[in-house]
Amino acid sequence: MTLSLVLFALGVGLISLLLILNKQLEDQFEKNLAGINLVVGAKGSPLQLILSSMYHIDSPTGNIPIKSAKALMNPKHPLIGQAIPLSMGDSHQGYRIIGSTYDLFGLYNGEIGEGKLWSKDMEVTIGATVADKLGLGVGDGFYSSHGLIIDDNLVHDDAPQFKVAGIFKPTGSVLDQLILTNTQSIWKVHDSHAHEEGESEEGHAEDDHEGHDHEESQQSAVGSTQDDNHDHDDHEGHDHSNHDDHDHAAADTPKVAPTNESLITNADQSITSLLIKFKSNNYRTLNMQRNINENTDMQAATPAFEINRLYSMMGTGTDALQMLAYVIVFVSGLSIFISLFSSLRERKYELALMRVMGSSPTKIFALIVLEGLILAVLGYLIGIALSHIGMEVLAKYMSDAYRYSFSGALFLKEEIYLLFGALGIGFIAAIIPAIQAKNTDISRTLGK
Amino acid sequence: MLQTNQLQFSYTGAQTMTFPDFTCKKGEQWLLLGQSGSGKTTLLHLLGGLLSPTKGEVKVGETSLKSLSTAALDKFRGKHIGIIFQKTHFVRSLTVQENLILAQQLAGVAINKTRISDLLNRLNVGHKLHAKTNELSQGEQQRVAIARAIVNQPEVILADEPTSALDDENCEEVIQLLEEQAAAVGATLLVVTHDGRLKERFEKQIVIE
Repeated sequence: MTLSLVLFALGVGLISLLLILNKQLEDQFEKNLAGINLVVGAKGSPLQLILSSMYHIDSPTGNIPIKSAKALMNPKHPLIGQAIPLSMGDSHQGYRIIGSTYDLFGLYNGEIGEGKLWSKDMEVTIGATVADKLGLGVGDGFYSSHGLIIDDNLVHDDAPQFKVAGIFKPTGSVLDQLILTNTQSIWKVHDSHAHEEGESEEGHAEDDHEGHDHEESQQSAVGSTQDDNHDHDDHEGHDHSNHDDHDHAAADTPKVAPTNESLITNADQSITSLLIKFKSNNYRTLNMQRNINENTDMQAATPAFEINRLYSMMGTGTDALQMLAYVIVFVSGLSIFISLFSSLRERKYELALMRVMGSSPTKIFALIVLEGLILAVLGYLIGIALSHIGMEVLAKYMSDAYRYSFSGALFLKEEIYLLFGALGIGFIAAIIPAIQAKNTDISRTLGK
Repeated sequence: MLQTNQLQFSYTGAQTMTFPDFTCKKGEQWLLLGQSGSGKTTLLHLLGGLLSPTKGEVKVGETSLKSLSTAALDKFRGKHIGIIFQKTHFVRSLTVQENLILAQQLAGVAINKTRISDLLNRLNVGHKLHAKTNELSQGEQQRVAIARAIVNQPEVILADEPTSALDDENCEEVIQLLEEQAAAVGATLLVVTHDGRLKERFEKQIVIE
């Protein structure tokens, strides 16, 4: 009996866990799609581009020079409603620092909860989770570190400090996990770097050097090797004066919201990617993606398409697990059947006795069926409890690994269907033993 | 109260058993004697409606058991016939009290805990009210079985070899209890046995060969 119960709970738990995990993953992906039609970035894997630029869980594919992206960033572009530039490369304690315009948090309906938006270079406005997990408050400062890995060796402790200007309200989207600043601040930290890179890129900014370009820019974006770091330090001193000038200028002119126009003027600089919303979807926007992929050293990827591709890749794994869960449930159903059947042998006297005392065969039948159903409900409840506790435990690991928050407190209507399924299995498992019990010959049983 | 009429029964493939006609009036106490294998347990089961006869009929009060459906017969038995089996059986997961409550419940009689504890006290097992049935001694089990048979104040009490496993002293005691309790509820008592010790106690006897 206990074994059947454990098996049943295990099967139900596994199915339910898969359901809530899938649901939350899809929700996260869905919510963070944020109406973006196209992502433009350096050549490489389109999925990687989407994952890095929209979900911030992978390394960027590299950088693109502003002069290539200029046309797309022009606010007067006939097809593009919104083009949001992203600059990455740095992080703080594993949370990514994004240089962008104010448009970015608008995508996720972000609102300021405390403090204010970034308005000067090196000012940041941080997501709610970042503030919560790192204990950062308005006015706190920190040094960024290179790449997305927490490693003391990669900290830019020679570069200027970032200062927290404000904190966003929680949105439940990827915004909660980000540190936002203006694009110039990213350039500033990486100045030496970007400068070098920019020059070299200028040297061979031709299509046939695409592969090469890509390699190099990728290094600048996510250089995580000791070598790269070293390189960076080397150039630090050299560029420092240059640096200060910049800062000075920035402080003098009170910055309004950084706009694409102000970025376009820095033709030598580069950004990591562009999030693009079309004015409307039509054949010309379709052509645009192909055009970018075929005729420029950039690539354009459609988020919805790539995410569907990702689902279908993950799907195989979850399908296999789901099959396993169904097999477990089936075996547990069989086990309930066997244990009910064998317990009848021990209880036939009791059942016959109950007949003698006045209970009808139908009542005996109902009694056994009820026993199957109670077992199923009990197994179901234990299974659901297991899966939600499991999800809660998993959520801790997953939020550490992916910077996304998951929860075990989410209940789905599919879990109600699961209850009906469980009751069905309990009923089917009990029905043959119940018929057997109903037809027991009381005279023969008690006469012995 | 208890009446048989041309009762016949045969197990599939076995010889047909024919039983004598008899009538037991209300409150009478009868002994049904027969050797092992004479079909006396079969007769008891026919009287209690656990088996249905191939031919003839059993009447309890004014009701012919034949006329009842299975479910109705079960209910009728629970309410009007108390049966004490040779071997005592209980629902093992329940206590003594719960077993007796179950008897009331299944017969569709209102639950009456006072009656249960009174009855158990009269049978000297009142202190075992909350004990599990498998914690009882053989003698105590037999008393509880008697209590269960009469808890619903049946009109007929059927006892199958209640004394065969007991020594003289206990045999005497159990028979006395049965007689007393049957009299107390005004029930017709029929004791089925091959136990010669009981021959002297009952005036009214049916013998089957």
